[in-house]
This record gives sequence, C-alpha cells and structure tokens, in this order.
Amino acid sequence: MIAALDRGLRQIGHAVVEGVWKLGAAARFSWLVLIRSGECGRRPQLTLNEIYFTGTLSLIIIIVSGLFVGLVLGLQGYETLKRYGSAEALGTLVALALVRELGPVVSALLFASRAGSAITAKIGIMKATEQLSAMEMMAVDPFARVLSPIFWGGVISMPLLAAIFSALGVFGGYLIGVVIIGVDSGAFWSQMQANVDLREDILNGVIKSGVFGVAVTLIALFEGYDAPPTAEGVSYAVTRTVVTSALVVLALDFVLTSFMFTGV
Amino acid sequence: MAIGRGKVVAIMGLSGSGKTTILRLIGGQLSPSRGSISVDGQRIQHLSHRELFALRRRMGMLFQFGALFTDYTVFDNVAFPLREHTRLPEPMIRDLVMMKLNAVGLRGAAELKPEALSGGMARRVALARAIALDPMLIMYDEPFTGLDPISTGVIANLIRRLNDALGATSIVVTHDVEESFKIVDYIYFVSAGVIVAHGPPESLRRSAQPFVHQFVHGDTDGPVPFHYPAPGYADDLGLGRRP
Repeated sequence: MIAALDRGLRQIGHAVVEGVWKLGAAARFSWLVLIRSGECGRRPQLTLNEIYFTGTLSLIIIIVSGLFVGLVLGLQGYETLKRYGSAEALGTLVALALVRELGPVVSALLFASRAGSAITAKIGIMKATEQLSAMEMMAVDPFARVLSPIFWGGVISMPLLAAIFSALGVFGGYLIGVVIIGVDSGAFWSQMQANVDLREDILNGVIKSGVFGVAVTLIALFEGYDAPPTAEGVSYAVTRTVVTSALVVLALDFVLTSFMFTGV
Repeated sequence: MAIGRGKVVAIMGLSGSGKTTILRLIGGQLSPSRGSISVDGQRIQHLSHRELFALRRRMGMLFQFGALFTDYTVFDNVAFPLREHTRLPEPMIRDLVMMKLNAVGLRGAAELKPEALSGGMARRVALARAIALDPMLIMYDEPFTGLDPISTGVIANLIRRLNDALGATSIVVTHDVEESFKIVDYIYFVSAGVIVAHGPPESLRRSAQPFVHQFVHGDTDGPVPFHYPAPGYADDLGLGRRP
C-alpha cells in the first residue's frame, strides 16, 4: 500500500519535472528560432519556399472545408433565424461566425493536421538521418537556414489561409441562403456590410489566426526537433503535434475571445 | 591524444566506447566536461558561436550514413556548402562541384537523387560534399560500416588520396581493422573513454597487449568478455534456490 503510494507520487513528480523541463526547452528553442531569423530577411526565397510548402499546398483542404462550413452555416442559420422572422440577418450571422471564430480556429486545426504534421515529420527525419548535424558541421546554422524560414512561412501562411477559409465560407452561405433558399440578395449583403466591423471583427480575426500560426508552427518545429531519432519517435512526435496544436489553439481561442469580444 | 598535420589517424575501439563522441567534441557539437580540445591552436570550448562556425568552415565531416539532404540532387548536395559560404557565380560553382564529384568518381551521378544511390555511392557523395571547401581537417565517422568489400576499398583509397592531395589532416573513427591498417599513419585504441594503446599500424599488429591483440585478431575470448554483466546463470534459471 505504502509502496504503491510512493510509486504513484514518484511518477507524478517525474511527469511534472519532465513537463517543466520540456516547457523550458521549448521556450529556449522558440527564442533561438526568433533570434536567428536574420537569414530570412537576407534571403526571402527561403521563406517563400516554405510558404509554398505550408501554405499553398494546404489550399485545397482549406478551400473545400471553408465552402462546406459555409454551406452548413447557411442551412442551420437560416433554419434558426426563420423562427424569429429575421432570415435577412443570415449574411451577418455567417460572416461574423466565420471571421471571428470559425475561420481562424478551423483553419488553424486543419493547418495543424496538414502542414504541422508535415513539418514535424520533415524536421524529425532530418534530425534522425543527421542532416541537421551535417549542416551544423558545414558551418551552416540549421536554425537560421531551415527552422526560421519554416516558422515565418507558417506565420505568414496562417492568416492568409484563414482569410481564404472565411471568404469561401461566406460564399457557401450565400450559395445556400440566397441562391438555393431564396433569401433576398440585397438584404444578405447589406446587412453583412452594416454589421461586420473592420477593426472589431476582421482585424481581431486576423490577429487570432496570426497567434494560432505562431503557436502551431512552433509546436510542429519543436516536436520534430525534439523527437527521438527512431521511426516510433517521429511517429509519436507527429501525433503530439496534432493533438497539442489542437488543444493549444482551442485554449488560446478562448483567452483571445474573452479579451477581444467581451464588450460587444 | 595529439594528431599531427598531414596525417591520417584512426581512432579504433568497440561500439559505444566513445569514438564518435571524440569527433563531436572536435567539431564543437558537444563540449567537454573535463579537459580541453584545440584545433589549429584554438581552444574549441572557448570559441564564440561565430568563431566556432568560422573554424567549422575549415573542417569536413563524413557522417556514418552520409547524411545527404534527401530533397536535393547529388549536385545540389555538393554545391550546398559552396552556395552557403561563397558568392561564386553559378558557372564556377558548377565547375567546382564537377571537380569534387570527379574526384570521388561520381560525375555521372550528378543529377540523381540520394535515394537512387547505393550506400557506397551515397558515402562518396557525402565525401565530395565534405571536401567542397577544401578543408584542413576531414573527419570520418565509421566510413566503412555496411559497405561491400569493393566499396570499402574504394572509400579507404579515397581517404588516403584526398588527404594527400588536399594537404589535409584526416581522423577516421572505425572498427574495421583490415582496411584502416592499410591506409593510416597512426592509431589510437580507445575503450570505455580512455586511450588504451596507440602507435603506428605495424607495431600494433604485433602488440602483445591483451586488448589490442583481441581487437586486431578478432578473438572471442580476452579482456572483452562475451557476456554482458549478469547475475549468476544458475540463479537466473532458478537452480540454486531449490530446497
């Protein structure tokens, strides 16, 4: 009994110490990625390549998901609004839901599973096959040459992807609401225009997606860099990237929302 | 341990005896908990990030399995250090890369991707990349592991020839007795982190020291036991405890 309790306590202590240690390592890692970003400024091509790898290649999943989320929002929103006789507000509902919440959050979740996992696998395998070590021995800093460009590529791609997601979502809402169900087109657009504020709604949405971009890309990079150099190690790291990113995005979203939209 | 300019020196020992660690210490990827390392008169652990990187430009390292960049072609792999560290025009880089690839006999493989290469070819490409900037010190981490006898001979020959042609110094970490005894000038034997013997190949071949003798001749019996430390065999089988 005492022995089991003792073992349990030890395990908890071990997990806590490990967790704190890893948090410290991640913070130090993030700091290095940031301060070695100079190379990205001198050679924009490095970052552009990564924007292609993380951003452009994620376009299809973002476009398709955005469209379908918009379609569903249009349907469900119309059903509910109709009961209160305000079906014309459909445009406002769809647009606000997308630019404030669904655009940044859902595209960050998709970004984590599409691009984050790819980043982790790439870095993990580069490390396992000593490619990062070899680069270091060639006097090329892997942080400056590989990790920072990926980071900035992710941070730039994420708000753009979220914007595309929201735009496609609004279009989906329009398709269902106006084209198929028959809500008045003028009301749909003018209500949306009157009620969506550039600073309050759109800018805050962009800030959110920028924060998610930083978080997801750093998690993906760190998990890859920290992965044990084995097949199992990399596979666990990829899983952890997707799970941790999802949880962090949802938690950050709650915090950001409570700061941004409480007064409205 | 002292490694003279222009020499090819082997560091030999059992797997896990700290040979690769020595290379990582010399390259500054690890820092020593005790003692010190000097390369070309510079104390490695006292160098700043910038100075260390400046020194590394004059070092080349061949990793155990080549460590080629898998998304680049052979050509781009060899061109990588030149493009990163020099502002040479592209035609000149092309000529230099072709010369390095010719030196390892793989000029014809320039456009291949690393996954299309055999183990021996990959290591030769990595060697061409390691010598791209004409280093003063070339380090080889287990260059013969997993190669067929012909490739092994080719790599061994290259190590010696490139060292003499470049006027460089080479450190070869290996446990391949036959090949390395043919090409090196001097050998250090390490075991559990200490140097147990050193000397030129001929004298070590005749050495009567038990560890060296066992290693060089590949005997199963000697100071290195066959068994990993374990409790008594009879105890493990539950024999001694019967009433």
